[in-house]
Amino acid sequence: MHKPLLLVLPVALMASSAHAQTVNVYNWSDYIAEDTLERFQAETGISVNYDVFDSNEIVEAKLLAGNSGYDVVVPSGFFLERQIPIGLFQPLDKSKLPNLANLDPAIEAIVAEHDPGNQYAVTYMWGTTGLGYNVNEVIARVGEDGPLDSWDLLFDPETAAKLADCGISVLDAPVEMISAALNYLGLDANSEDQADLDQAEALLASVRPHIRMFHSSQYISDLANGDICLAVGYSGDVFIAADRAAEADRGVEVAYVIPEEGASLWFDMMAIPADAPNPDAAHAFINFILEPEIAAGITNYVWYANPNAAADEFVDPEILEDPAIYPTDEVMSNLYPLKAKSPQFDRLLTRAWTRIKTGQ
Amino acid sequence: MSSLAEPPRRVWTFIAERLGRWGINGRVAVLLAPTLWLVVFFVLPLLVVFKIALSAFAMGRPPYLPMFEWGADESLSITLHFSNFLFLLRDTLYVNAYVNSVRIAAISTVMALLIAFPMAWYIARSDEKYRNLLLMLVILPFWTSFLLRVYAWMGFLGRNGVINNVLMSLGIIDQPLTMLQTEGAVFVGIVYTYLPFMVLPLYTTLVKLDQNLIEASSDLGAKPFTTFWTIILPLSMPGIIAGSMLVFIPAIGEFVIPALLGGAETLMIGRVLWDEFFSNRDWPVASAVAIVMLVILLVPILLLNHAQNAVVEKDA
Repeated sequence: MHKPLLLVLPVALMASSAHAQTVNVYNWSDYIAEDTLERFQAETGISVNYDVFDSNEIVEAKLLAGNSGYDVVVPSGFFLERQIPIGLFQPLDKSKLPNLANLDPAIEAIVAEHDPGNQYAVTYMWGTTGLGYNVNEVIARVGEDGPLDSWDLLFDPETAAKLADCGISVLDAPVEMISAALNYLGLDANSEDQADLDQAEALLASVRPHIRMFHSSQYISDLANGDICLAVGYSGDVFIAADRAAEADRGVEVAYVIPEEGASLWFDMMAIPADAPNPDAAHAFINFILEPEIAAGITNYVWYANPNAAADEFVDPEILEDPAIYPTDEVMSNLYPLKAKSPQFDRLLTRAWTRIKTGQ
Repeated sequence: MSSLAEPPRRVWTFIAERLGRWGINGRVAVLLAPTLWLVVFFVLPLLVVFKIALSAFAMGRPPYLPMFEWGADESLSITLHFSNFLFLLRDTLYVNAYVNSVRIAAISTVMALLIAFPMAWYIARSDEKYRNLLLMLVILPFWTSFLLRVYAWMGFLGRNGVINNVLMSLGIIDQPLTMLQTEGAVFVGIVYTYLPFMVLPLYTTLVKLDQNLIEASSDLGAKPFTTFWTIILPLSMPGIIAGSMLVFIPAIGEFVIPALLGGAETLMIGRVLWDEFFSNRDWPVASAVAIVMLVILLVPILLLNHAQNAVVEKDA
């Protein structure tokens, strides 16, 4: 009579342990739809421990220290590229990721530059780094026929001087800013040459007096409030600012532009740390994000493009047809993907950046 | 009852005797806990940092080469790289950042002292009924997160902040003042955050100050300033020194306040450390920066400690 009970017990234990599964996710802040995690938990029974960061450097430091405790991290491709060779990630088990079939092969081919053979990472969202501006204020200062779709707004000292009083903000991200300067100068945006770096530094130093703020997220609310009128920013963040400005309806109109000289193209990629406590749950999470409706839901919320070809039909037409979010082939050919930098160059870059910011 | 209680007591005496033979008596035992705490949470981490400072950078996990290596012939080779320390001298950035940190911390300390002294004086001289309440008010801000309070200052000082809005609506200014992201905002942040650390030690000294001495001084014809300068100030020296140390030391290494309130040109050693650690991933140089900061901090600590001992000895 007691036997059936003994048989039931292990099954119950297994069920409860499956229920208690947790996936620890480390993603950029403000980078997911409101219902994504809830839906994941409802569908898989895996609970999510969701943690956010606001710079690639923080993620890298945690991964380098080891035992980060995360199952899924989402660094940018140009950081991931140098993290793969030193063994920070485990290869993906593609048999657990049937939704990989949904990915756009064109995007897959580009990110293979960061992750050869697409073995370690899957693109989460991608975007560009361009200019966000307050339409009325900028036109009032540089005119209707001013360089509204050009890096001249920032890098031409005369134009920048006109915008200084209404506020210019740039990203506190040396790789992004120096590569934009290099590209503007007609040099290779990913150059590690000291002479090139010196030129880029001189260019940034020449407009430094007109820059009010070096910050990588403050510009979102500042643009929306009209506190600043020009920001170097990440595409989706500028769109969020534009959305907030429209909602507040106080006469602030924000626009995002991929300048005609080109802009950097980056990919934030999901990868599983080598020492992840729960790789199975990590695969389940990545596979879930790759579901067309889920990926589209995130895009509709954060205004960044997803790499999911099957998701297009669920993306708001307003977003899908915006060439600043889903660039046309012509614009795409003008974008440059950021590349990983060597430690030696990183030191030079950081030093140059400190000199630009502080004058020391 | 007593027969039950006796054996344990005998056990305790036995243990105490044994420990006493090893030189562990009550005094040592009491000191043991803080000493252990200090070793585990201060000395050991410091040794780890020092070890990393003497290692060579290499991309990997962790991002530096091991210091100790067992050779194939069972030899132990130890590699020490002093270059990380020499590196700090090769670029004026580090020296400038250190000097600037010390300058900002020193000015903040003086400002905190000037504000805290009258506060502490008033609390110490107020009716005993209200003293605890007033002290409580000094400590009250600690009940809210430090980060939140610094953010609140951003709301006060910003271009669209409270201060600018009030001044503009009163017609005193017609253009918003730039207060946020300036060095002035850093001073405001540091003084605001560390003020209680200055008030409390000052209060404890001032409350013990003998009122009769002040009366005697004025009876003998001293003007208030003379009384303050020759009686009150020397007697409150222990509080001034203790409070200054509590403000100066954390202010030097401050990272959050300059990051949130300061401008891009405010260069402090905390930022340099962040850059070395995160942007350059150079843990060895970052550790060297931290070690040097500790040594720099030791100088004022020793000086102040010396001054405090001198004061105590003079009192005795």
